[in-house]
Amino acid sequence: MAGQTLYDKLWQQHLVESHPDGTSLLYIDRHLLHEVTSPQAFEGLRLAGRKPWRLDANLAVSDHNVPTTTAERAGGVEGIIDPISRLQVQTLGDNCSDFDIVEIPINDRRQGIVHVVGPEQGATLPGMTVVCGDSHTSTHGALGALAHGIGTSEVEHVLASQCLSTKKMKNMLVRVDGQLQKGVTAKDLALAIIGKIGTAGGTGYAIEFGGEAVRSLSMEGRMTLCNMSIEAGARAGMVAVDDTTIEYVKGRTYAPKGEQWEQAVAAWSELHSDDDAVFDAVVEMRAEDIQPQVTWGTSPEMVLPIDGLLPDPDSFDSETARESVRRALEYMGLKAGMPITDIKPDRIFIGSCTNSRIEDLREAAAVVRGKQVAASVKQALVVPGSGEVKAQAEAEGLDKIFVEAGMEWREPGCSMCLAMNADKLGDGEHCASTSNRNFEGRQGFGGRTHLVSPAMAAAAAVAGHFVDVRNWQEGA
Amino acid sequence: MRSFTVHEGIVAPMDRANVDTDLIIPKQFLKSIKRSGFGPNLFDALRYLDEGQPGQDNSKRPLNPDFPLNQPRYAGASILLTRKNFGCGSSREHAPWALEDFGFRCVIAPSYADIFFNNCFKNGVLPIVLPEETVSDLFEKMYAEEGFSLTIDLPAQEIRSASGEVIPFEVEEFRKHCLVNGLDDIGLTLQSAEAIRAFEKQHQQRNPWLFGSLK
Ligand code: SF4
Repeated sequence: MAGQTLYDKLWQQHLVESHPDGTSLLYIDRHLLHEVTSPQAFEGLRLAGRKPWRLDANLAVSDHNVPTTTAERAGGVEGIIDPISRLQVQTLGDNCSDFDIVEIPINDRRQGIVHVVGPEQGATLPGMTVVCGDSHTSTHGALGALAHGIGTSEVEHVLASQCLSTKKMKNMLVRVDGQLQKGVTAKDLALAIIGKIGTAGGTGYAIEFGGEAVRSLSMEGRMTLCNMSIEAGARAGMVAVDDTTIEYVKGRTYAPKGEQWEQAVAAWSELHSDDDAVFDAVVEMRAEDIQPQVTWGTSPEMVLPIDGLLPDPDSFDSETARESVRRALEYMGLKAGMPITDIKPDRIFIGSCTNSRIEDLREAAAVVRGKQVAASVKQALVVPGSGEVKAQAEAEGLDKIFVEAGMEWREPGCSMCLAMNADKLGDGEHCASTSNRNFEGRQGFGGRTHLVSPAMAAAAAVAGHFVDVRNWQEGA
Repeated sequence: MRSFTVHEGIVAPMDRANVDTDLIIPKQFLKSIKRSGFGPNLFDALRYLDEGQPGQDNSKRPLNPDFPLNQPRYAGASILLTRKNFGCGSSREHAPWALEDFGFRCVIAPSYADIFFNNCFKNGVLPIVLPEETVSDLFEKMYAEEGFSLTIDLPAQEIRSASGEVIPFEVEEFRKHCLVNGLDDIGLTLQSAEAIRAFEKQHQQRNPWLFGSLK
């Protein structure tokens, strides 16, 4: 019998039962909740007179709607100016107290974007099944966990039964051999993979990222990579457990301690695909070939290396493709044949569950240190992923570097990643953004998003247009 | 959940690939804590000429006359015909809620994003997958004939047109069973409560660190 993939192992370890057609009950170890996708689930429980199955499996935090200015944040939940946002954040609080679920309050130092908070607190661990009513739950797969987004009906289902009713996905291996060049990050790798396989390339699969380049990534880099699995169509992305994983988890608030730690480490060391495991699909890439990436269109697969030229719609072979490229160019206000480096962002956003961890902020700070944001840039926001990240950045003086360069240093939250709070693009504005989606209107009505790495966003802020960060002179 | 057996309705187009959930229901409407009322904001950015806000009186907003759902010929449509990878992007269940609230009971496309596909079944909306050529063919017929309608027969797993054409489609047995009978998923799962409890006990013995750390 062939060996098992990491996904096969995680699946099998959590399988409660399966029907002949493959529909299965999968046991869920950790359920993360936020304010946008949970209210209707709690309401459903109430209507049916049900209670959460297991209280210690759930952790809630508000992130999507929270304001990020220090002044507005100072007023706590009551201080949120937008009444509809306030109600949603308040509703999460009320639901958590009604159902006795652990919630991190909005001005707690541990608050932040749910996908930053989980691993940071050790609330998500290797070998777990992790779900959340949010598609970027794939982030937690970086720890060697099976983690994916679910809908609100499933949030209710997991609350009520601790299980997900689902079917097994297929296995895909994305193997990246060699080493990334200096200045090329996990974000560029993620975008290059999506550029190669497309936004539906991973549909129906759980992706395992492997190969030397992935092994060499820090945990934070792996989180960035797994975060964007969903942009390649895959609900789950994961990386095998190794020493980097164990080192990262050790000592975190909710991580096991003492004897249990030893026991856990022994179990986690099995969390990798067997040598003879069989994948349904394998994608191979060379890390050396990957350049810094910039998206030019309205889908993450509309991406080019920094030295690229915008595509000509007529060069595509199907009418659907021609039409979508034409529409994207029109929406973005860009012309075929234009160099990526001619695009001038009006705003810069460094943040989101993709790129708001301490290493991301360090990379961005290294680029802007001693420099000034270009006069043509209206606003450059730096939004740390959590209160812990914020405190660490401040301890290292990164906040000062950003502020001296003319950037705004904010309180943690999702912010301009989806613009549910006050941080948004104006109609027609271009943004160099470290987030994960460049859909029409994602960052504000008529807004035009270009997805990049933190270093690339920072360099564009200073230069006033996209530049190749590999040629950047730091501190000069 | 509303059950789905045989449904006849007018077909309306959403003629593009990769329609994402931000396009189906923009994020400002996700601030609602209710499950209903999203229909007037379905495809908001395409349907209206201004930027929509939650709680607004939508009947006073300027409509985009070029958008099919605003055209009389598609009035009352309940079947949405679209291109590949429909529903990509976020996990927001507000997307099927908006489709359902607007009156769509069925979507036909060559492919869907996984989470959206799943969410549809939980809300009485049937997402049908047909080969790309069949979908293109249906687009042509729909454009050619005003009031073009189809009958979706879920128990028989076939689509029938007025001209007598029959198109079979696949659907997973269990999902079909739930949809046809309007079954609540949670109720079904809780029938296995014993099995879940037994599993949980063993799971805890093997991995004690997974229990009790948060609370
Ligand atoms: S940062 Fe963006 S992608 Fe991540 S959870 Fe928040 S809104 Fe979603």
